Amino acid sequence: MDYILHLAILVIIYAILGLSLNLVVGYTGLLASGHAAFYGIGAYATAILTASLGVNFFVSMAAGIIASAGAAFLIGAVLSRFDGDYYALVSLGFNVIIYSVFLNWQGLTRGPLGIPGVPRPALFGIEFSSGVFFLALAAFFLALSFLAARFVARSSFGRVLKSIREDEKAIQVFGYNTVYFKLAIFVISAGMAAVAGSLLSSYITFVDPSSFTVMESVFILAIIIFGGLSSLKGSVVGALVLVLLPEALRFAGFPQSLAAQMRQGVYGLFLIALMLYRPQGLFGEFKL
Amino acid sequence: MTKTDAILKTRNLTKQFDGVRAVDDLSISIAKGKVTSVIGPNGSGKTTLTNVLSGLASIDGGSVVLHSVALKKIRPFDMPSYGMTRTFQEVRLFEQMPVLDNVLVVLTERSVFGALFERHGAFHEKQAEEALKKVGLWEKRNEPASTLSYGQRKLLEIARVLALSAGRQTDIILLDEPFAGLFPKMVKTVSSIVKALRDEGRTVVLIEHNMDLIRELSDHVIVMDSGKFLAEGRAAEVLERRDVIEAYLGE
Repeated sequence: MDYILHLAILVIIYAILGLSLNLVVGYTGLLASGHAAFYGIGAYATAILTASLGVNFFVSMAAGIIASAGAAFLIGAVLSRFDGDYYALVSLGFNVIIYSVFLNWQGLTRGPLGIPGVPRPALFGIEFSSGVFFLALAAFFLALSFLAARFVARSSFGRVLKSIREDEKAIQVFGYNTVYFKLAIFVISAGMAAVAGSLLSSYITFVDPSSFTVMESVFILAIIIFGGLSSLKGSVVGALVLVLLPEALRFAGFPQSLAAQMRQGVYGLFLIALMLYRPQGLFGEFKL
Repeated sequence: MTKTDAILKTRNLTKQFDGVRAVDDLSISIAKGKVTSVIGPNGSGKTTLTNVLSGLASIDGGSVVLHSVALKKIRPFDMPSYGMTRTFQEVRLFEQMPVLDNVLVVLTERSVFGALFERHGAFHEKQAEEALKKVGLWEKRNEPASTLSYGQRKLLEIARVLALSAGRQTDIILLDEPFAGLFPKMVKTVSSIVKALRDEGRTVVLIEHNMDLIRELSDHVIVMDSGKFLAEGRAAEVLERRDVIEAYLGE
Protein backbone atom coordinates (compact mmCIF):
# COMPACT_ATOMS: atom_id res chain seq x y z
CA MET A 1 0.00 0.00 0.00
CA ASP A 2 2.77 2.43 0.97
CA TYR A 3 4.48 1.53 -2.25
CA ILE A 4 1.44 2.45 -4.32
CA LEU A 5 1.01 5.70 -2.37
CA HIS A 6 4.65 6.49 -2.99
CA LEU A 7 4.29 6.00 -6.72
CA ALA A 8 1.06 7.98 -6.85
CA ILE A 9 2.73 10.94 -5.12
CA LEU A 10 5.68 10.81 -7.51
CA VAL A 11 3.33 10.68 -10.49
CA ILE A 12 1.54 13.76 -9.16
CA ILE A 13 4.76 15.70 -8.66
CA TYR A 14 5.88 14.92 -12.21
CA ALA A 15 2.42 15.68 -13.57
CA ILE A 16 2.65 19.19 -12.09
CA LEU A 17 6.09 19.57 -13.65
CA GLY A 18 4.75 18.34 -16.98
CA LEU A 19 1.78 20.71 -16.92
CA SER A 20 3.97 23.67 -16.14
CA LEU A 21 6.61 22.84 -18.75
CA ASN A 22 4.00 22.15 -21.41
CA LEU A 23 2.85 25.77 -21.19
CA VAL A 24 6.29 26.86 -22.39
CA VAL A 25 7.26 24.00 -24.71
CA GLY A 26 3.91 22.82 -26.04
CA TYR A 27 1.87 25.98 -26.15
CA THR A 28 4.55 28.57 -26.84
CA GLY A 29 6.90 26.32 -28.81
CA LEU A 30 10.00 27.22 -26.80
CA LEU A 31 12.20 24.23 -26.11
CA ALA A 32 12.93 25.09 -22.47
CA SER A 33 15.46 22.52 -21.32
CA GLY A 34 16.17 23.70 -17.79
CA HIS A 35 12.93 23.11 -15.95
CA ALA A 36 14.61 21.23 -13.10
CA ALA A 37 16.20 24.51 -12.00
CA PHE A 38 12.83 25.94 -10.96
CA TYR A 39 11.70 22.63 -9.51
CA GLY A 40 14.89 22.80 -7.42
CA ILE A 41 14.34 26.37 -6.29
CA GLY A 42 10.92 25.40 -4.96
CA ALA A 43 12.37 22.34 -3.23
CA TYR A 44 15.22 24.26 -1.62
CA ALA A 45 12.93 27.10 -0.54
CA THR A 46 10.77 24.64 1.37
CA ALA A 47 13.72 22.69 2.77
CA ILE A 48 15.59 25.78 3.99
CA LEU A 49 12.56 27.58 5.36
CA THR A 50 10.88 24.64 7.08
CA ALA A 51 13.86 22.56 8.25
CA SER A 52 16.20 25.37 9.28
CA LEU A 53 13.84 28.21 10.14
CA GLY A 54 10.68 26.40 11.21
CA VAL A 55 8.44 28.23 8.78
CA ASN A 56 5.10 26.64 7.90
CA PHE A 57 5.15 24.47 4.77
CA PHE A 58 2.49 26.46 2.96
CA VAL A 59 4.32 29.70 3.59
CA SER A 60 7.51 28.08 2.35
CA MET A 61 5.71 26.97 -0.80
CA ALA A 62 4.52 30.51 -1.44
CA ALA A 63 8.07 31.74 -0.90
CA GLY A 64 9.34 29.06 -3.28
CA ILE A 65 6.88 30.16 -5.94
CA ILE A 66 8.00 33.76 -5.57
CA ALA A 67 11.71 32.86 -5.58
CA SER A 68 11.31 30.62 -8.60
CA ALA A 69 9.20 33.14 -10.51
CA GLY A 70 11.73 35.84 -9.64
CA ALA A 71 14.61 33.73 -10.92
CA ALA A 72 12.58 32.95 -14.04
CA PHE A 73 11.98 36.64 -14.54
CA LEU A 74 15.71 37.37 -14.52
CA ILE A 75 16.61 34.35 -16.63
CA GLY A 76 13.65 34.88 -18.93
CA ALA A 77 14.64 38.48 -19.60
CA VAL A 78 17.72 37.06 -21.32
CA LEU A 79 16.13 33.89 -22.64
CA SER A 80 13.10 35.53 -24.27
CA ARG A 81 15.36 37.18 -26.82
CA PHE A 82 16.18 33.78 -28.24
CA ASP A 83 14.15 31.22 -30.12
CA GLY A 84 14.59 27.79 -31.64
CA ASP A 85 17.76 25.85 -30.89
CA TYR A 86 19.36 28.78 -29.12
CA TYR A 87 16.49 28.91 -26.64
CA ALA A 88 17.07 25.24 -25.85
CA LEU A 89 20.80 25.69 -25.37
CA VAL A 90 20.59 28.86 -23.30
CA SER A 91 17.91 27.41 -21.01
CA LEU A 92 20.05 24.33 -20.55
CA GLY A 93 22.94 26.59 -19.62
CA PHE A 94 20.87 28.27 -16.93
CA ASN A 95 19.95 24.85 -15.51
CA VAL A 96 23.65 24.08 -15.15
CA ILE A 97 24.26 27.40 -13.41
CA ILE A 98 21.41 26.95 -10.91
CA TYR A 99 22.53 23.38 -10.27
CA SER A 100 26.01 24.57 -9.42
CA VAL A 101 24.54 27.15 -7.07
CA PHE A 102 22.73 24.32 -5.24
CA LEU A 103 25.98 22.37 -5.18
CA ASN A 104 28.35 25.14 -4.15
CA TRP A 105 26.49 27.66 -2.01
CA GLN A 106 27.18 25.53 1.03
CA GLY A 107 26.12 28.15 3.55
CA LEU A 108 22.61 28.03 2.19
CA THR A 109 22.16 24.57 0.68
CA ARG A 110 24.81 22.50 2.51
CA GLY A 111 26.08 21.59 -0.96
CA PRO A 112 26.29 17.90 -1.81
CA LEU A 113 25.32 16.91 1.76
CA GLY A 114 21.82 18.16 1.14
CA ILE A 115 19.28 19.30 3.71
CA PRO A 116 17.75 16.53 5.85
CA GLY A 117 14.85 16.69 8.27
CA VAL A 118 12.38 18.58 6.11
CA PRO A 119 9.07 18.25 7.97
CA ARG A 120 5.78 17.14 6.49
CA PRO A 121 3.19 19.88 5.99
CA ALA A 122 0.85 20.95 8.78
CA LEU A 123 -2.14 23.28 8.68
CA PHE A 124 -4.42 24.24 11.58
CA GLY A 125 -3.11 21.36 13.61
CA ILE A 126 -3.68 18.81 10.85
CA GLU A 127 -0.45 17.09 9.92
CA PHE A 128 -0.16 15.68 6.44
CA SER A 129 2.38 13.19 7.68
CA SER A 130 0.78 9.95 6.63
CA GLY A 131 1.00 8.84 3.02
CA VAL A 132 -2.75 9.12 2.44
CA PHE A 133 -2.94 12.66 3.77
CA PHE A 134 0.05 13.69 1.76
CA LEU A 135 -1.40 12.11 -1.35
CA ALA A 136 -4.60 14.09 -0.85
CA LEU A 137 -2.61 17.28 -0.44
CA ALA A 138 -0.52 16.58 -3.54
CA ALA A 139 -3.66 15.75 -5.53
CA PHE A 140 -5.14 19.06 -4.41
CA PHE A 141 -2.13 20.91 -5.77
CA LEU A 142 -2.25 18.91 -8.99
CA ALA A 143 -5.90 19.89 -9.46
CA LEU A 144 -5.01 23.51 -8.76
CA SER A 145 -2.12 23.39 -11.25
CA PHE A 146 -4.32 21.77 -13.85
CA LEU A 147 -6.99 24.46 -13.48
CA ALA A 148 -4.40 27.21 -13.60
CA ALA A 149 -2.80 25.74 -16.72
CA ARG A 150 -6.21 25.35 -18.34
CA PHE A 151 -7.12 28.93 -17.52
CA VAL A 152 -3.91 30.15 -19.16
CA ALA A 153 -4.24 27.86 -22.17
CA ARG A 154 -7.83 28.83 -22.90
CA SER A 155 -7.37 32.56 -22.47
CA SER A 156 -6.65 35.03 -25.24
CA PHE A 157 -3.14 35.07 -23.80
CA GLY A 158 -2.92 31.32 -24.51
CA ARG A 159 -3.98 31.90 -28.09
CA VAL A 160 -1.23 34.46 -28.54
CA LEU A 161 1.25 31.94 -27.12
CA LYS A 162 0.23 29.41 -29.76
CA SER A 163 0.62 31.98 -32.50
CA ILE A 164 4.15 32.66 -31.23
CA ARG A 165 4.84 28.97 -31.63
CA GLU A 166 3.46 29.05 -35.17
CA ASP A 167 5.10 32.23 -36.45
CA GLU A 168 6.56 34.72 -34.02
CA LYS A 169 7.38 37.38 -36.63
CA ALA A 170 3.91 37.26 -38.10
CA ILE A 171 2.15 37.76 -34.76
CA GLN A 172 4.49 40.64 -33.90
CA VAL A 173 3.26 42.51 -36.95
CA PHE A 174 -0.23 42.39 -35.46
CA GLY A 175 0.91 44.38 -32.46
CA TYR A 176 2.18 41.91 -29.88
CA ASN A 177 5.50 42.48 -28.21
CA THR A 178 6.23 38.77 -28.02
CA VAL A 179 9.17 39.12 -25.65
CA TYR A 180 6.72 40.01 -22.86
CA PHE A 181 4.50 37.05 -23.64
CA LYS A 182 7.42 34.64 -23.69
CA LEU A 183 8.69 36.08 -20.43
CA ALA A 184 5.29 35.92 -18.77
CA ILE A 185 4.66 32.27 -19.58
CA PHE A 186 8.18 31.37 -18.48
CA VAL A 187 7.56 33.02 -15.11
CA ILE A 188 4.15 31.34 -14.68
CA SER A 189 5.64 27.99 -15.59
CA ALA A 190 8.52 28.41 -13.14
CA GLY A 191 6.10 29.29 -10.35
CA MET A 192 4.14 26.10 -10.97
CA ALA A 193 7.32 24.02 -11.04
CA ALA A 194 8.19 25.38 -7.60
CA VAL A 195 4.94 23.87 -6.26
CA ALA A 196 6.18 20.45 -7.37
CA GLY A 197 9.55 21.15 -5.76
CA SER A 198 7.99 22.08 -2.43
CA LEU A 199 5.95 18.88 -2.45
CA LEU A 200 9.03 16.81 -3.26
CA SER A 201 11.25 18.08 -0.50
CA SER A 202 8.50 17.82 2.10
CA TYR A 203 7.55 14.35 0.91
CA ILE A 204 11.07 12.92 0.75
CA THR A 205 11.97 15.03 3.85
CA PHE A 206 15.35 15.57 2.28
CA VAL A 207 16.73 17.58 -0.60
CA ASP A 208 20.08 17.54 -2.40
CA PRO A 209 21.34 18.87 -5.75
CA SER A 210 21.28 15.52 -7.53
CA SER A 211 17.51 15.79 -8.07
CA PHE A 212 17.82 18.91 -10.20
CA THR A 213 20.30 18.08 -12.92
CA VAL A 214 19.94 18.61 -16.64
CA MET A 215 19.00 14.92 -16.84
CA GLU A 216 15.97 15.67 -14.70
CA SER A 217 14.99 18.49 -17.06
CA VAL A 218 15.28 16.07 -19.96
CA PHE A 219 13.07 13.60 -18.10
CA ILE A 220 10.37 16.26 -17.66
CA LEU A 221 10.68 17.13 -21.34
CA ALA A 222 10.31 13.44 -22.16
CA ILE A 223 7.08 13.33 -20.14
CA ILE A 224 5.41 16.05 -22.16
CA ILE A 225 6.77 14.96 -25.51
CA PHE A 226 5.49 11.47 -24.73
CA GLY A 227 2.13 12.66 -23.40
CA GLY A 228 1.66 15.24 -26.10
CA LEU A 229 2.70 18.83 -26.62
CA SER A 230 0.10 21.44 -25.76
CA SER A 231 -2.11 18.78 -24.22
CA LEU A 232 -2.76 19.17 -20.52
CA LYS A 233 -4.20 15.68 -20.27
CA GLY A 234 -1.10 14.42 -22.07
CA SER A 235 1.17 15.98 -19.44
CA VAL A 236 -0.56 13.98 -16.71
CA VAL A 237 -0.67 10.73 -18.66
CA GLY A 238 2.95 11.20 -19.71
CA ALA A 239 3.97 11.48 -16.06
CA LEU A 240 1.92 8.42 -15.20
CA VAL A 241 3.51 6.27 -17.89
CA LEU A 242 7.11 7.42 -17.59
CA VAL A 243 7.17 7.27 -13.78
CA LEU A 244 5.51 3.87 -13.61
CA LEU A 245 7.42 2.32 -16.50
CA PRO A 246 10.55 1.37 -14.53
CA GLU A 247 8.33 -0.08 -11.82
CA ALA A 248 6.58 -2.20 -14.40
CA LEU A 249 9.96 -3.38 -15.60
CA ARG A 250 10.70 -4.55 -12.11
CA PHE A 251 7.55 -6.67 -12.10
CA ALA A 252 8.51 -7.96 -15.49
CA GLY A 253 11.29 -9.83 -13.73
CA PHE A 254 14.18 -7.40 -13.87
CA PRO A 255 16.14 -7.06 -10.64
CA GLN A 256 15.45 -3.84 -8.76
CA SER A 257 18.88 -2.32 -9.22
CA LEU A 258 18.77 -3.01 -12.93
CA ALA A 259 15.26 -1.60 -13.31
CA ALA A 260 16.31 1.68 -11.82
CA GLN A 261 19.25 1.94 -14.16
CA MET A 262 17.13 0.98 -17.10
CA ARG A 263 14.74 3.87 -16.58
CA GLN A 264 16.66 6.24 -18.78
CA GLY A 265 17.45 3.71 -21.44
CA VAL A 266 13.90 2.50 -21.66
CA TYR A 267 12.28 5.88 -21.80
CA GLY A 268 14.82 6.81 -24.44
CA LEU A 269 13.75 3.85 -26.54
CA PHE A 270 10.12 4.61 -25.84
CA LEU A 271 10.55 8.15 -27.06
CA ILE A 272 12.37 7.13 -30.20
CA ALA A 273 9.61 4.68 -31.05
CA LEU A 274 6.97 7.29 -30.31
CA MET A 275 8.64 9.96 -32.41
CA LEU A 276 8.81 7.51 -35.29
CA TYR A 277 5.17 6.45 -35.15
CA ARG A 278 3.35 9.29 -33.43
CA PRO A 279 5.46 12.46 -33.41
CA GLN A 280 2.77 14.57 -31.73
CA GLY A 281 2.77 12.33 -28.64
CA LEU A 282 -0.14 10.39 -27.15
CA PHE A 283 -2.63 13.25 -26.86
CA GLY A 284 -0.79 16.05 -28.60
CA GLU A 285 -2.38 17.95 -31.42
CA PHE A 286 0.76 19.82 -32.30
CA LYS A 287 4.25 19.12 -33.45
CA LEU A 288 7.15 21.20 -32.31
CA MET B 1 -1.30 64.89 -55.26
CA THR B 2 -0.51 67.59 -52.76
CA LYS B 3 1.82 66.95 -49.87
CA THR B 4 -0.91 67.28 -47.28
CA ASP B 5 -2.81 64.14 -48.18
CA ALA B 6 0.23 61.90 -48.03
CA ILE B 7 -0.36 59.55 -45.09
CA LEU B 8 2.79 57.51 -45.62
CA LYS B 9 6.05 58.70 -47.13
CA THR B 10 9.58 57.44 -47.43
CA ARG B 11 12.46 59.91 -47.46
CA ASN B 12 15.67 58.69 -49.10
CA LEU B 13 14.88 55.27 -47.68
CA THR B 14 17.71 52.76 -48.05
CA LYS B 15 17.96 49.09 -47.15
CA GLN B 16 21.01 46.97 -47.90
CA PHE B 17 21.56 43.26 -47.82
CA ASP B 18 25.24 42.29 -47.97
CA GLY B 19 26.13 45.44 -49.87
CA VAL B 20 23.24 45.14 -52.31
CA ARG B 21 20.82 48.02 -52.04
CA ALA B 22 17.40 46.36 -52.15
CA VAL B 23 15.80 49.72 -51.52
CA ASP B 24 17.94 52.57 -52.79
CA ASP B 25 17.38 56.20 -51.84
CA LEU B 26 13.63 55.83 -52.29
CA SER B 27 11.35 58.82 -51.73
CA ILE B 28 7.70 58.12 -52.39
CA SER B 29 4.36 59.34 -51.07
CA ILE B 30 1.23 57.30 -50.50
CA ALA B 31 -2.01 59.26 -50.64
CA LYS B 32 -4.59 58.88 -47.92
CA GLY B 33 -7.76 57.03 -48.84
CA LYS B 34 -6.45 55.82 -52.22
CA VAL B 35 -5.22 52.57 -53.69
CA THR B 36 -1.57 52.96 -54.60
CA SER B 37 0.06 50.11 -56.48
CA VAL B 38 3.77 49.59 -56.18
CA ILE B 39 4.98 47.68 -59.21
CA GLY B 40 8.28 46.67 -60.72
CA PRO B 41 10.08 43.60 -62.00
CA ASN B 42 11.05 40.82 -59.60
CA GLY B 43 13.87 41.90 -57.35
CA SER B 44 13.00 45.57 -57.68
CA GLY B 45 12.64 45.86 -53.91
CA LYS B 46 8.87 45.92 -53.47
CA THR B 47 8.71 43.23 -50.82
CA THR B 48 11.76 44.64 -49.05
CA LEU B 49 9.91 47.95 -48.95
CA THR B 50 6.91 46.35 -47.20
CA ASN B 51 9.22 44.57 -44.80
CA VAL B 52 10.93 47.83 -43.91
CA LEU B 53 7.58 49.58 -43.52
CA SER B 54 6.36 46.84 -41.19
CA GLY B 55 9.52 46.69 -39.11
CA LEU B 56 10.60 43.22 -40.21
CA ALA B 57 13.68 44.73 -41.85
CA SER B 58 15.58 47.61 -40.27
CA ILE B 59 16.01 51.01 -41.89
CA ASP B 60 19.61 51.50 -43.05
CA GLY B 61 19.24 55.07 -44.25
CA GLY B 62 16.62 57.75 -44.64
CA SER B 63 13.29 57.56 -42.87
CA VAL B 64 9.66 56.57 -43.06
CA VAL B 65 7.13 59.31 -42.41
CA LEU B 66 3.83 58.07 -40.99
CA HIS B 67 1.09 60.55 -40.17
CA SER B 68 3.74 63.31 -40.41
CA VAL B 69 6.08 61.63 -37.91
CA ALA B 70 9.51 60.75 -39.25
CA LEU B 71 10.67 57.31 -38.07
CA LYS B 72 14.22 55.99 -38.21
CA LYS B 73 13.27 52.75 -36.53
CA ILE B 74 10.05 50.74 -36.78
CA ARG B 75 9.44 47.81 -34.45
CA PRO B 76 7.09 45.21 -35.94
CA PHE B 77 4.73 45.23 -32.95
CA ASP B 78 4.28 49.00 -33.27
CA MET B 79 2.64 48.60 -36.67
CA PRO B 80 -1.01 48.63 -35.52
CA SER B 81 -0.37 51.64 -33.31
CA TYR B 82 0.83 53.46 -36.42
CA GLY B 83 -2.46 52.44 -37.99
CA MET B 84 -0.83 49.95 -40.31
CA THR B 85 -1.34 46.29 -41.09
CA ARG B 86 -0.20 43.93 -43.81
CA THR B 87 -0.42 40.58 -45.56
CA PHE B 88 2.57 38.50 -46.58
CA GLN B 89 3.58 37.47 -50.05
CA GLU B 90 4.72 34.09 -48.76
CA VAL B 91 1.55 33.35 -46.77
CA ARG B 92 2.26 33.33 -43.03
CA LEU B 93 -0.59 31.75 -41.13
CA PHE B 94 -0.69 30.18 -37.70
CA GLU B 95 -0.79 26.79 -39.36
CA GLN B 96 -1.74 24.48 -36.51
CA MET B 97 -4.46 26.77 -35.19
CA PRO B 98 -8.08 26.74 -36.36
CA VAL B 99 -9.09 29.26 -39.03
CA LEU B 100 -11.19 31.19 -36.50
CA ASP B 101 -8.30 31.47 -34.05
CA ASN B 102 -6.08 32.80 -36.82
CA VAL B 103 -8.40 35.80 -36.96
CA LEU B 104 -9.29 36.06 -33.27
CA VAL B 105 -5.66 36.24 -32.25
CA VAL B 106 -5.16 39.59 -33.96
CA LEU B 107 -8.14 41.10 -32.12
CA THR B 108 -7.31 40.49 -28.48
CA GLU B 109 -5.66 42.67 -25.88
CA ARG B 110 -2.05 43.51 -26.61
CA SER B 111 -0.84 43.45 -23.01
CA VAL B 112 -0.04 40.24 -21.16
CA PHE B 113 -2.49 40.89 -18.32
CA GLY B 114 -5.15 42.21 -20.62
CA ALA B 115 -5.00 39.07 -22.74
CA LEU B 116 -4.89 36.77 -19.71
CA PHE B 117 -8.02 38.18 -18.11
CA GLU B 118 -9.88 39.35 -21.19
CA ARG B 119 -13.65 39.28 -20.93
CA HIS B 120 -15.06 40.53 -24.23
CA GLY B 121 -14.64 37.35 -26.27
CA ALA B 122 -18.09 37.43 -27.90
CA PHE B 123 -17.49 40.88 -29.31
CA HIS B 124 -14.31 39.69 -30.97
CA GLU B 125 -16.01 36.59 -32.30
CA LYS B 126 -18.53 38.79 -34.06
CA GLN B 127 -15.74 40.76 -35.73
CA ALA B 128 -13.92 37.59 -36.74
CA GLU B 129 -17.14 36.15 -38.11
CA GLU B 130 -17.72 39.22 -40.28
CA ALA B 131 -14.20 39.10 -41.67
CA LEU B 132 -14.35 35.37 -42.38
CA LYS B 133 -17.73 35.68 -44.08
CA LYS B 134 -16.36 38.40 -46.36
CA VAL B 135 -13.75 36.01 -47.71
CA GLY B 136 -16.04 32.98 -47.62
CA LEU B 137 -14.13 31.00 -44.99
CA TRP B 138 -16.68 31.04 -42.16
CA GLU B 139 -17.67 27.41 -42.86
CA LYS B 140 -14.03 26.39 -42.43
CA ARG B 141 -13.63 28.19 -39.09
CA ASN B 142 -12.90 25.07 -37.05
CA GLU B 143 -10.43 23.48 -39.44
CA PRO B 144 -6.70 23.98 -38.89
CA ALA B 145 -5.32 26.63 -41.23
CA SER B 146 -2.87 24.07 -42.60
CA THR B 147 -5.73 22.16 -44.26
CA LEU B 148 -6.75 25.11 -46.47
CA SER B 149 -5.94 25.33 -50.17
CA TYR B 150 -3.38 27.87 -51.34
CA GLY B 151 -6.05 30.33 -52.43
CA GLN B 152 -7.98 29.94 -49.19
CA ARG B 153 -4.80 30.58 -47.25
CA LYS B 154 -4.33 33.88 -49.02
CA LEU B 155 -7.95 34.75 -48.29
CA LEU B 156 -7.43 33.95 -44.61
CA GLU B 157 -4.54 36.42 -44.52
CA ILE B 158 -6.87 39.01 -45.93
CA ALA B 159 -9.56 38.17 -43.38
CA ARG B 160 -6.99 38.68 -40.62
CA VAL B 161 -6.18 42.13 -41.96
CA LEU B 162 -9.87 43.00 -42.41
CA ALA B 163 -10.72 42.02 -38.85
CA LEU B 164 -7.84 44.03 -37.40
CA SER B 165 -8.57 46.97 -39.62
CA ALA B 166 -12.28 47.01 -38.76
CA GLY B 167 -11.70 46.87 -35.03
CA ARG B 168 -8.73 49.17 -34.64
CA GLN B 169 -8.96 51.76 -37.36
CA THR B 170 -5.77 50.58 -38.98
CA ASP B 171 -6.23 52.73 -42.04
CA ILE B 172 -3.10 51.78 -43.96
CA ILE B 173 -3.23 48.30 -45.40
CA LEU B 174 -0.26 46.78 -47.20
CA LEU B 175 -1.24 43.92 -49.49
CA ASP B 176 1.78 42.04 -50.79
CA GLU B 177 0.71 40.23 -53.97
CA PRO B 178 -2.74 39.27 -52.68
CA PHE B 179 -3.87 37.97 -56.06
CA ALA B 180 -0.94 35.69 -56.90
CA GLY B 181 -2.08 32.11 -57.35
CA LEU B 182 -5.80 32.80 -56.85
CA PHE B 183 -8.64 31.30 -58.88
CA PRO B 184 -10.67 33.83 -60.90
CA LYS B 185 -13.55 33.68 -58.43
CA MET B 186 -11.24 34.45 -55.53
CA VAL B 187 -9.65 37.27 -57.51
CA LYS B 188 -13.11 38.82 -57.76
CA THR B 189 -13.63 38.49 -54.00
CA VAL B 190 -10.31 40.14 -53.22
CA SER B 191 -10.67 42.93 -55.75
CA SER B 192 -14.11 43.81 -54.39
CA ILE B 193 -12.61 43.82 -50.88
CA VAL B 194 -9.91 46.24 -52.04
CA LYS B 195 -12.55 48.49 -53.57
CA ALA B 196 -14.66 48.33 -50.42
CA LEU B 197 -11.64 49.31 -48.31
CA ARG B 198 -11.03 52.34 -50.49
CA ASP B 199 -14.71 53.27 -50.32
CA GLU B 200 -14.42 53.20 -46.54
CA GLY B 201 -11.62 55.74 -46.85
CA ARG B 202 -8.75 53.40 -46.07
CA THR B 203 -5.35 53.63 -47.68
CA VAL B 204 -4.31 50.53 -49.60
CA VAL B 205 -0.77 49.88 -50.77
CA LEU B 206 -0.95 47.11 -53.30
CA ILE B 207 2.01 45.17 -54.57
CA GLU B 208 0.95 43.38 -57.69
CA HIS B 209 2.13 41.97 -61.01
CA ASN B 210 -1.15 41.52 -62.84
CA MET B 211 -1.48 44.56 -65.11
CA ASP B 212 -5.23 44.21 -65.62
CA LEU B 213 -5.81 44.31 -61.87
CA ILE B 214 -3.43 47.24 -61.48
CA ARG B 215 -5.42 49.17 -64.13
CA GLU B 216 -8.70 48.20 -62.52
CA LEU B 217 -7.86 48.98 -58.92
CA SER B 218 -5.16 51.64 -58.67
CA ASP B 219 -5.69 55.32 -58.20
CA HIS B 220 -1.96 55.80 -58.44
CA VAL B 221 0.95 53.65 -59.55
CA ILE B 222 4.55 53.82 -58.37
CA VAL B 223 7.16 51.92 -60.36
CA MET B 224 10.35 50.65 -58.75
CA ASP B 225 13.39 49.24 -60.50
CA SER B 226 16.52 47.90 -58.76
CA GLY B 227 15.37 49.43 -55.48
CA LYS B 228 15.04 52.87 -56.99
CA PHE B 229 12.10 55.04 -57.89
CA LEU B 230 11.43 54.86 -61.62
CA ALA B 231 8.10 56.48 -62.37
CA GLU B 232 4.70 57.31 -60.98
CA GLY B 233 1.30 58.48 -62.17
CA ARG B 234 -2.03 57.12 -63.27
CA ALA B 235 -1.98 53.48 -64.32
CA ALA B 236 -2.96 54.17 -67.93
CA GLU B 237 -0.08 56.62 -68.38
CA VAL B 238 2.62 54.87 -66.39
CA LEU B 239 2.13 51.47 -67.96
CA GLU B 240 2.62 52.96 -71.43
CA ARG B 241 5.92 54.61 -70.62
CA ARG B 242 8.89 53.28 -72.54
CA ASP B 243 11.25 53.15 -69.51
CA VAL B 244 8.66 51.21 -67.51
CA ILE B 245 8.11 48.70 -70.30
CA GLU B 246 11.88 48.32 -70.73
CA ALA B 247 12.35 47.68 -67.02
CA TYR B 248 9.87 44.82 -67.23
CA LEU B 249 11.25 43.47 -70.51
CA GLY B 250 14.79 43.58 -69.19
CA GLU B 251 13.80 41.16 -66.44
